[in-house]
Amino acid sequence: MENILEINGLCKSYRDFSLKNVTFALPKGYIMGFVGQNGSGKTTTIRSIMNMTKFDSGSISVFGLDSVKDTIEIKQRLGVVFDSMYLAEHLTARQIEQQIRPFYTKWDSDDFFAYLKRFSLPDDRCVGDFSKGMKMKLMVTIALAHKPELLILDEPTSGLDPVARDELLDILSDYILDENRGILFSTHITADVERIADYVTILNNGSVWFTGSKDDLAESYAVVKGAESAVPDGLKGRMIGFHSYRNGFEAMIRTEDMRGLPDALICEKASIDEILVYIAKEAKNAGHTECDTL
Amino acid sequence: MVIVIKNKSELPIYEQIKQQMKTQILDGTLAEDEQLPSIRQLARDLKISVITTTRVYNDLLDEGFITSITGKGYYVASRNNELLKERMLFEMEDGLQKAVENGRNAGLSDDEIAAALRKFMED
Repeated sequence: MENILEINGLCKSYRDFSLKNVTFALPKGYIMGFVGQNGSGKTTTIRSIMNMTKFDSGSISVFGLDSVKDTIEIKQRLGVVFDSMYLAEHLTARQIEQQIRPFYTKWDSDDFFAYLKRFSLPDDRCVGDFSKGMKMKLMVTIALAHKPELLILDEPTSGLDPVARDELLDILSDYILDENRGILFSTHITADVERIADYVTILNNGSVWFTGSKDDLAESYAVVKGAESAVPDGLKGRMIGFHSYRNGFEAMIRTEDMRGLPDALICEKASIDEILVYIAKEAKNAGHTECDTL
Repeated sequence: MVIVIKNKSELPIYEQIKQQMKTQILDGTLAEDEQLPSIRQLARDLKISVITTTRVYNDLLDEGFITSITGKGYYVASRNNELLKERMLFEMEDGLQKAVENGRNAGLSDDEIAAALRKFMED
């Protein structure tokens, strides 16, 4: 399968945070959800793809081109939506269209105004007066007006009401009808990922914790609950984010470890939300043991 | 074709779609040789992942419920298709076996169970 986006061994150090050997690939024709806690490195990764941040080592290829050397060609063929609006608030959508159009060789004004219409966005009002949902739709409009082959969205659904979120999912589903395209979107609303994403990449503290198909992720982990005394020897150490409370415990478990679990323990499918929570708990647990040994 | 996805179902989405399509093929709601939406179109319509709909179609192909014509798309398998026939036979036997078991569990004699079956066939 041809990859529309490939990130290999991406490293980038800041004073208090670093991306560590981030590696994943998005095959052409599919949607990848990009999830992880705040500060896990999603935006830094996206900024690296966009060549807006210099990275220390590793490589990123988009459409088989180098993200640094070929950044101009890549940007002609890629659309991006950030979570906050970068447009001049005193301009109207019509004026913004005139400003941005010259930068893109494949810009299509008819498309731009067709999307505005479809999203019921006025073209004669200052965009500063737009609601959060309208701003997001305007940025999607701009991102789509030059017919990009790859769409990257950084938390497009944060702060949107359910209707606007649903509209965005509609747009993404429409966009991916063309199998030569791809979508990478980061979000905290994992229900969206669970529904439309084909692939999922989970970042945790600057490292890739999981990357693969959503089905593989769903089949790889389960949440286990019950009495701590019922946990077989040696298994506790293999559990992720073990958390005991007065009446029992909860933890995440790899499905391969589920064999041999006593019936007294209850296993449930882990949602992406739960997986994220248990990863965070595991990190906390590890932090505590470090403190204990000090 | 009507597909309803329950978000709170225990069944995974691909399994839900598969079962609903099978039911509609078996009861004739989806007529034989009827063209099905493409994998991408179905994913778009249901707002779900392409991998999920690909899995549904692959499974239905394997089980003989649908056929694919390269470059044209997917179709409901025709009823004289051997695989589908076998499949329907299997579903029937499976259903009958369950019916017999349930009848015996309820304390019916074999004659009574057979009579009940005959009555269904008359209806």
